[in-house]
Amino acid sequence: MKILCLIRQVPDAEAKVKAANGKVDLEGATMALDGMDEYGVEQALRINEGGANTVAVALGNARFEDAIRRALAMGLERAVHIETDLLLDVVSQAQILKGIVLEETPDLVFVGGQHADTDSQALGAALAEALGWNQVTWTTELTFDHGTAKATHDTDDGKESLELSLPAVITTQQGLNEPRYPTLPNIMKAKKKEIRKTSPDQYGIVNSKVKIVSQEIQERARLNKLIDGKDPVAAAEQLVKLLHEEAKVI
Amino acid sequence: MILVVCEFDTKLKKSALEVLGAAQRLNDGITAVLLGAGASAVAPEAALYADQVLVCEDALLEGAKNMAQAVADLSEQAEANLVLISGSRGGREVAPRVAVRLNAPYLEDAIALEGIEGGLRIQHYAYLARVTETLEAVAPVVVATVKPNTQAVGSPKANAGDVYDVELELSPSGVKVLGRVVEKSSRVALTEASVVVTGGRGLGAPENFALIESLADVLGAGVGATRAAVDAGWRPYGEQVGQTGKTVQPNAYIAVGVSGAVQHLSGMGKSKNIVAINKDAEAPIFKVADYGIVGDLHAIMPALIEAAKKLKD
Ligand SMILES: Cc1cc2nc3c(=O)[nH]c(=O)nc-3n(C[C@H](O)[C@H](O)[C@H](O)COP(=O)(O)OP(=O)(O)OC[C@H]3O[C@@H](n4cnc5c(N)ncnc54)[C@H](O)[C@@H]3O)c2cc1C
Ligand SMILES: Nc1ncnc2c1ncn2[C@@H]1O[C@H](COP(=O)(O)O)[C@@H](O)[C@H]1O
Repeated sequence: MKILCLIRQVPDAEAKVKAANGKVDLEGATMALDGMDEYGVEQALRINEGGANTVAVALGNARFEDAIRRALAMGLERAVHIETDLLLDVVSQAQILKGIVLEETPDLVFVGGQHADTDSQALGAALAEALGWNQVTWTTELTFDHGTAKATHDTDDGKESLELSLPAVITTQQGLNEPRYPTLPNIMKAKKKEIRKTSPDQYGIVNSKVKIVSQEIQERARLNKLIDGKDPVAAAEQLVKLLHEEAKVI
Repeated sequence: MILVVCEFDTKLKKSALEVLGAAQRLNDGITAVLLGAGASAVAPEAALYADQVLVCEDALLEGAKNMAQAVADLSEQAEANLVLISGSRGGREVAPRVAVRLNAPYLEDAIALEGIEGGLRIQHYAYLARVTETLEAVAPVVVATVKPNTQAVGSPKANAGDVYDVELELSPSGVKVLGRVVEKSSRVALTEASVVVTGGRGLGAPENFALIESLADVLGAGVGATRAAVDAGWRPYGEQVGQTGKTVQPNAYIAVGVSGAVQHLSGMGKSKNIVAINKDAEAPIFKVADYGIVGDLHAIMPALIEAAKKLKD
């Protein structure tokens, strides 16, 4: 089956995010393939061993090329990069990606369950709707049987298993699999793999429906009162006293 | 007119009351929508918060695709300029589809909402909750989700709104539900507890969660777990706190044997007080902690349970 994996380049989870003048500043930040997207890439490689018929699709600025190379180094066959500096709302993103899906005609599209930059969980569902397909969000198990998918996913109060026909959009998360690390030979091979470039205006999108007014880092100042636990009883009593008398929370 | 999609079981869920509260504060007419089996029974309650209530119990109202079609159709019928949906997991799989159907801007997981000329301005978290963003959209209709546990619940009015049964033209969605598992806890709900005690991989074994539960019992607290503890099969997924789990903001969050990974912090970093117990003084959790004990949890926790009991007696 043919599989598309939507991927993003985001600040590394451990990186310190900075903001200045009401805007996040990513100059100098370490960027990486979004961890949530790796599960989709891994799953695609498990379904199509060797990576045949697997395509990475990225919608973002020039720096996204690192994430694309990483996905190719993991084993995807080739990539499409819709290159733009625009920060697009999710409905516009879905409209562009619908265009790519109609060109590529996959059976399955994987999308990360939540993006580590916008904290959005919406793209999978939005794309599924644009295509008129079904979706499974927050998927933790996925199997196939004669063109039918069986999936288990997390719900608000537990989990649910579903059966649906393809094509479909699957959003991924931790638990689905253990993503591989690229090997050195594969990193070398990835440098030669095809990246087709295109742009949002090819799909009729020239601006965002949502405007970012400001971005601020609001960190709560923390007291950092640490107690040495060498004497557990004394330490525990001191902590309870602080929580009761100073913080007034117990 | 604001169209509010309400989640319910045998009555309105707290998430629905919160979204209705947010809608009331935006000061516009409210159409409440109840979709699926059992909707009619909840309509009188919803009517206390809305000018009108639209009810449909069509058996095909299952799955994100059909729910979204229903909401989009009703939004057009009600001439809504804003569609508000809970930012619950279920809400967030339907809302983007509604926005696509209406070709509307989608504002996701709002912690604050404000009407602006011809549209809506919201605040929400981004970058794994490290950044607070203000977003706005101006359009004939805007779709937004409201982050659970961030909004005061609505207030019932003296005059109940009218209830209407509506018909929808739905076709089978093509998704079959094979089974459901509901994880029930007898404790105070994690997202509503004023104190949460969370255990991580540092507990070392599932039976050691007895230490977490005992402290939680003494304090009347909710019990949480890290992804590491859930993945190990020690705790149910419903207890997971973090990027892929629940978001909590209690008065006191007590993290025991938890390292404080960014993905965990994104679910609890806004807690009013953070308390950490960890044997590693360099653990990242201490950087965001107000109080903490550096020590072995096997020694500290029994002492802490005793000290807390003494306080409560
Ligand atoms: C895409 C993605 C999504 C994720 N989502 C989530 C999420 O929603 N929630 C989440 O929690 N994680 C999430 N994670 C995982 C996260 O990155 C961490 O791996 C996880 O939070 C670690 O859990 P932990 O703190 O229990 O374990 P560890 O990181 O192993 O930490 C254990 C801690 O216990 C301490 N310890 C050990 N023994 C003792 C002792 N005897 N006494 C005292 N202290 C002790 C250690 O010093 C250590 O600090 C996600 C990861 C990814 C990639
Ligand atoms: N091939 C590999 N096998 C095992 N661990 C690795 C490998 N490549 C990287 N790592 C480690 O995994 C962590 C994340 O790596 P990365 O995702 O490449 O940033 C780092 O601690 C790396 O040292």
